[in-house]
Amino acid sequence: MAASKHYDAIVVGGGHNGLTCAAYLARAGRRVLVLERRHVLGGAAVSEEIFPGFTYSVCSYVVSLLRPWIIRDLELARFGLEMIPLESSFLPLPDGRSMCRWADPALTREEVSRFSRHDAELMPLFSQAMSKIGRFVRPIIDSPVPVPTSLLPAELVRLLKLGRHFQKASVDMMELRLKLLTMSAVDFLDEWFEAEELKAPMSVSGIIGTFLGVRSPGTAYVLLHHYMGEIDGAFRSWGFARGGTGGVSNAIANAARHFGAEIRTEAGVERILLNGRRATGVVLENGDELRATQIVSGCDPRRTFLGFVGPDHLPDEFVRSLSRYRYRGSSGKVNLALDALPEFTCRPGEAHLRGDIAIAPGIDYLERAYDEAKYGTFSRRPYINIVLPSLVDSTIAPPGKHVMSCFVQYAPYDIREGAEHWPQKRDAFGETVIDTIEEYVPNIRDLILHKQVLTPWDLEQEFGLSEGNIFHGELTLDQLAFQRPMSGWARYRTPVRNLWLAGSGAHPGGGIMGSPGALCAKAMLGSGRSG
Amino acid sequence: MPRATPFHPRTKDLCTSLAYKEWAGCHAVRRYDMYQDREYYALRNQATLMDATPLYKYDIQGSNAADLLSRVTVREFGTHSVGRVSYVCWCDDHGKVLDDGTVTRLDDRWFRLTSSEPALRWLRFNSRGLDVAVSDVSRRIAALALQGPLARAILRPIVGAELDDLRFFRAMPVQYDVGGTGAQGVVTRTGYTGDLGYELWMRNEDALDVYDAVVESGRPFGLLPMGLDALDVARVEAGFVLAGVDYTPANQAFIERQKSSPYELGFDWMVRLDRGPFIGQAALRREVEAGPARRFVGVEVDWDEFEALHERFGLIPHIETATSREGVPLYEKGRQIGYATSRTWSPLLKKYLALGTVEAAYAGEGTHLQIEVTCEYERHHVGAAVRPTPFFDPERKKA
Repeated sequence: MAASKHYDAIVVGGGHNGLTCAAYLARAGRRVLVLERRHVLGGAAVSEEIFPGFTYSVCSYVVSLLRPWIIRDLELARFGLEMIPLESSFLPLPDGRSMCRWADPALTREEVSRFSRHDAELMPLFSQAMSKIGRFVRPIIDSPVPVPTSLLPAELVRLLKLGRHFQKASVDMMELRLKLLTMSAVDFLDEWFEAEELKAPMSVSGIIGTFLGVRSPGTAYVLLHHYMGEIDGAFRSWGFARGGTGGVSNAIANAARHFGAEIRTEAGVERILLNGRRATGVVLENGDELRATQIVSGCDPRRTFLGFVGPDHLPDEFVRSLSRYRYRGSSGKVNLALDALPEFTCRPGEAHLRGDIAIAPGIDYLERAYDEAKYGTFSRRPYINIVLPSLVDSTIAPPGKHVMSCFVQYAPYDIREGAEHWPQKRDAFGETVIDTIEEYVPNIRDLILHKQVLTPWDLEQEFGLSEGNIFHGELTLDQLAFQRPMSGWARYRTPVRNLWLAGSGAHPGGGIMGSPGALCAKAMLGSGRSG
Repeated sequence: MPRATPFHPRTKDLCTSLAYKEWAGCHAVRRYDMYQDREYYALRNQATLMDATPLYKYDIQGSNAADLLSRVTVREFGTHSVGRVSYVCWCDDHGKVLDDGTVTRLDDRWFRLTSSEPALRWLRFNSRGLDVAVSDVSRRIAALALQGPLARAILRPIVGAELDDLRFFRAMPVQYDVGGTGAQGVVTRTGYTGDLGYELWMRNEDALDVYDAVVESGRPFGLLPMGLDALDVARVEAGFVLAGVDYTPANQAFIERQKSSPYELGFDWMVRLDRGPFIGQAALRREVEAGPARRFVGVEVDWDEFEALHERFGLIPHIETATSREGVPLYEKGRQIGYATSRTWSPLLKKYLALGTVEAAYAGEGTHLQIEVTCEYERHHVGAAVRPTPFFDPERKKA
């Protein structure tokens, strides 16, 4: 291969957003090269056979809001995307009771009414109210944000359109929206429901990926994201990817290659080459230099700007904003290979284990877990979100055996002893998670064939997620929309000319949506200017 | 009242929705749960087992068996080797399609035809002067459709490793390993889903044994029973026409325009005109010269426009998850040029798809059309485009 080969764009980082961006650029006829540091593609959306016969979705474990328009545009089904919807949401309780919320509303009503008839009646109305609001929010996640401070005519039109869109909402919808924007997840749910057993597992969607508690103001908003899937329709976008989460990344990579993109693994980037304040290429860790007209980073803002560019090459104001952008990773991951299906004491059988399982037995339990984290230790009894994808996907474990994926919060990056002391705490953290599960599945220890424990430190070191934040920066209101990653730079451009940001640190943020990558590519293709 | 198939003792306990329909005189499960999407996703990701017994099945035996089929259908069967399965349609004297189905050559003198409408009278009527016997085995032979990417892995332990050599649209005699001396039958690599899959044929008395063996083998693979609703979504994705829905069998049509020729249904590839006489040959020759007036096409509804229409009403688009068989008009610049007969949301492709018939001039790939959409009881037009079928065509189907 000619070392001097010139690309229209080099994408740094082969995560799902970098790959999505590359696929869109290649589809438009651009010569694109994707560079991934690790030996596998996917970034945090990755499947790896860590233990022989068992494939873990090492980090990200469910596919939430992968945008339908991206699946259509890139023909992902043709390139191997296979999605299996989550069938239920199961809450085991330590006292032997349990609640399972199913895809079938009638079944869910029955389950919830065992705890509260009031709540059972209200659930469909709650879903409808959230879907109504979700309808107003969805255009925001599917298009670039307007810049509220700009006086450019195009921006004003965009802002006006969005304003009109919001004006269409009725008064009670506006009130509801205001509440969602300001309240805590628990306060918001308190206005609707009475059963703790319903509110606790629902409230956790407000805290995932943030360093906040379920009673912290502002956490209600993220609840809404849970209902966006329902707007995508009978189309249920919450699911497992066959072969693990990496299946999504691989399908996108296949599409990108089909459209002509070149993808290299084990090609870590050392830094981005600059000519003044213009990006002109990259230097690989092995010393190779590669040139391109445009450089795209799928990595998070800190890694991109402080790691690849360097603060000396950036405006001071920008560097200050960067330092204020919060990561504060708050979660870890434990992946287990199991010899058999675990049996929950409170409800034997397997029908209710095909979706997600929440260890969230009460609001105080969750708040206490946060309290411990606030003062620099991992939760002694954490919130755990468990999935057993091998129940619906026989490709990831030998017959009769299972993969158990446990998302664990809180595991603060900044532990009291300092983040670099996480490796000495890793085993204790893993034990805490298994101890917690043991309260529901007494024989869990006998089933474990292999265990992988990932602390926020590991997420940073191995996957390049600054401070172990799974979303490239906290998903809080002040770091969303036109403030993601920072005010004035929410449209994928950066202060470095020809350097673009396409990862979850860009609008609309984290989760396996693909939107930042796709919207970044569209911005690049639409700009016409190459600097 | 519809009768039960031999699998009913097993399927009745699984069908918690109690949603059945009548299919060729039998009770047929529409969906096992309240919603069919679990079954649909199992079909595309794992495997599903469907009771296909209601299909009409005819054994055609004798030294002139191939001659009868060559005379009745649009294909020539003399050259078909034993073990070959063929998709075929057959016409009336005027070259209008009566039905479509599959023909399997079981040995030199023995074929089996499946059809969606009864065909015994038509086959016997046309066998005069031939050494051939036609017998209706519909109620003696039970059938299962085992479909999906893991179908082969599930079936292999039951019928043996030779299954790996069974190519697309081929048949093999099998001894189902169901304990004891086993059960004789035939497996064909066919189906109505457009996916990797097999159809299992067996005697009624072996039906439950084979069913149990497949379910047992499928357990670690996530095999689910599947009903007709999920099948109906899959067959639209596969671009398959359905008699009685996408076209009216010629003998059931009330007026001429309700009838369709093979060319109008996209069966061009199967018609062999240059051979001995067959039913409808003269009319089809004339049609080839003049060119068919209409064409069967795949249509993709423009989702952004569809969504925008609903947005005007403050609504979120909502489509029934089952395939709609209610025909709607297709337009080009405001003039109706055809109709869509089957419409479905494809959960896999995230596309709103339709199958329909349009005037031949508008059948070209990419032709921009409009489809009628009713929103809040108002009729509107939404953009749509002619697309090649199958909409979904995984490599594994033939690999």
